[in-house]
Amino acid sequence: MGTEAAARAIKPALVKARALCKRYVQRAPFSRKKFVIDALTDLDLEIAPGCLTALVGESGSGKSTLASCLGMLEKPDRGEIWFEGSKISLANSRELTALRPKIQMVFQDSAGALNPRFSAAQIIEEPLEIQGRESGPRLRARACELMEEVGLSPDAANRFPLEFSGGQRQRLAIARAIALKPIFLILDESLSGLDLATQAQILNLLLDLQTSHSLTYLLISHDLSLVGQVADFVAVMHQGKIVERGSRQQVFSAPQHAHTKDLLASVGVVEAAFRTAQAGGGQ
Amino acid sequence: MLRVRGLTASYDTGDRQSAPALRGVSFDVAPGEIVGILGESGSGKSTLALAILGLLPANCSVEGAIVFQDEDLVHIDASRWREIRGAKISMIFQEPGLSLSPVMRVGDQIAEIIRAHRPGNGKTRKLECEAILRGVRLSEVDRIYRAYPHQLSGGELHRVAIAQALACRPDLVIADESTRSLDVTVQTEVLNLLREINRKRGSALVFITHNPALLAGFADRVMVMYGGGIVEQGPTAQVFSRPLHPYTKGLLQLIPRSRNGTNITSEGRLPVIPGSLATLSPSTRGCLFEPRCSARTAVCQNESPSEVTLERGRRVSCFNYGN
Repeated sequence: MGTEAAARAIKPALVKARALCKRYVQRAPFSRKKFVIDALTDLDLEIAPGCLTALVGESGSGKSTLASCLGMLEKPDRGEIWFEGSKISLANSRELTALRPKIQMVFQDSAGALNPRFSAAQIIEEPLEIQGRESGPRLRARACELMEEVGLSPDAANRFPLEFSGGQRQRLAIARAIALKPIFLILDESLSGLDLATQAQILNLLLDLQTSHSLTYLLISHDLSLVGQVADFVAVMHQGKIVERGSRQQVFSAPQHAHTKDLLASVGVVEAAFRTAQAGGGQ
Repeated sequence: MLRVRGLTASYDTGDRQSAPALRGVSFDVAPGEIVGILGESGSGKSTLALAILGLLPANCSVEGAIVFQDEDLVHIDASRWREIRGAKISMIFQEPGLSLSPVMRVGDQIAEIIRAHRPGNGKTRKLECEAILRGVRLSEVDRIYRAYPHQLSGGELHRVAIAQALACRPDLVIADESTRSLDVTVQTEVLNLLREINRKRGSALVFITHNPALLAGFADRVMVMYGGGIVEQGPTAQVFSRPLHPYTKGLLQLIPRSRNGTNITSEGRLPVIPGSLATLSPSTRGCLFEPRCSARTAVCQNESPSEVTLERGRRVSCFNYGN
């Protein structure tokens, strides 16, 4: 994967963030005291087309805020976001409607991200309808195609989200995200609620879709050992900034920033214990 | 100390059907031991934990024996349960943020448990709580004691939940997927803390997880659950170095190798256990893992394997174990 990824990286970045800042101000209940949270502080990031870029960091480091800004769900206070060579951080709502199909998101909590009163098919149909891509009988047929594509049986088209297992629900969320043939998919902790066996299955599905739809991924995760297996590039986030960015090999074998080293060390402890148990426990 | 024999549990789903969740589970926990329970979601791990604490909902019928310190827990009444829960057996739940009351200071929530089980006045209880909070490595005890759950970080909440579980020095603590939502760094810290407390106080710990890597170097013994039954159990190091059940082998294969190369297959994909957990129904014949098993033979379809006991406490339920 290494050389291939390197070749793709020569192309100009698909997504570029320049000096992004986002601040949240919260007021404590029954008091005039204000809490200021600087979620993003002068953040720079480039995402290469056709690659899987993993964004890792501790909880509270600003990963999800960055996802919301790139997914155009939040407006950054300052800074610029460029997508396919045009600046989108100042887009008005008409321009946004045209842009949204190209950038889609898959969230962590699939139970909360899918409307519980919509059937599986309705969930996938909704974006197709809003964007006027399909109508009439073609609409349902397309929804069923998409369900099959993500490994769900079209027989389940009339079931409601809560009747699916967690892994199946995440597949459904992925089907909705790819319905509009996006270019860029933001996966915000999409795998973290799932167990190890299901994580591997969903990750494989995402890799298959990446090939068949030529997608660019931003995979946000706090689990370094998971992303360490599949990412082309790894960006490490800490206190609202990207503190390190490089290919998977670079970041894993020669981490530069102290925070990356800490993250890797804690992954290393768990993995090393397992390998020791596996190798030495036989006597 | 804890002996579970032939435990079955099934949920009544209302439409004259029942969904079995546990099928004849038998195991022991010795005093001071750390036992890891490993399994996918839907394997019956949480039902087992709730059964040991007598917290299953009314639509769940339990059969079999759960013997704790020579007392059968399946047939005791609610008032006896109140004496046992929290004092002798306690639990750390999946989401400490949700299991703590949002409208009570966390210190008061710990004191509440001590008050329920032991005599004493408010002042001594407060001192005791502070000692317990220090025992779970929380600094700024005063701030934590007075804080409401939403004012604490995930790691702090977790320690509070552990403190709460340990408040009455129970003999058995059950932790259900309790480190799932934590960062790796915090996760390692919490595991170290649990192990340290276990060594210092000698309370046994049943640790439920879906991630085998967490159990290595942590649990003394491991039990692998699939479809409501224990398919393999034995000392952790031996099970991990020489897994016997095909399901255990599949699970161990899933562990990421981020540092020393990867375990990506030649097609650039991750190893998986094909298929998904079958829905349990009372009429299922044969081995439940058969449809997903790579070592299946003709017999697996019709008969369900019984448990074979091997050397050094290893037990496995498979016709073709080791193949």
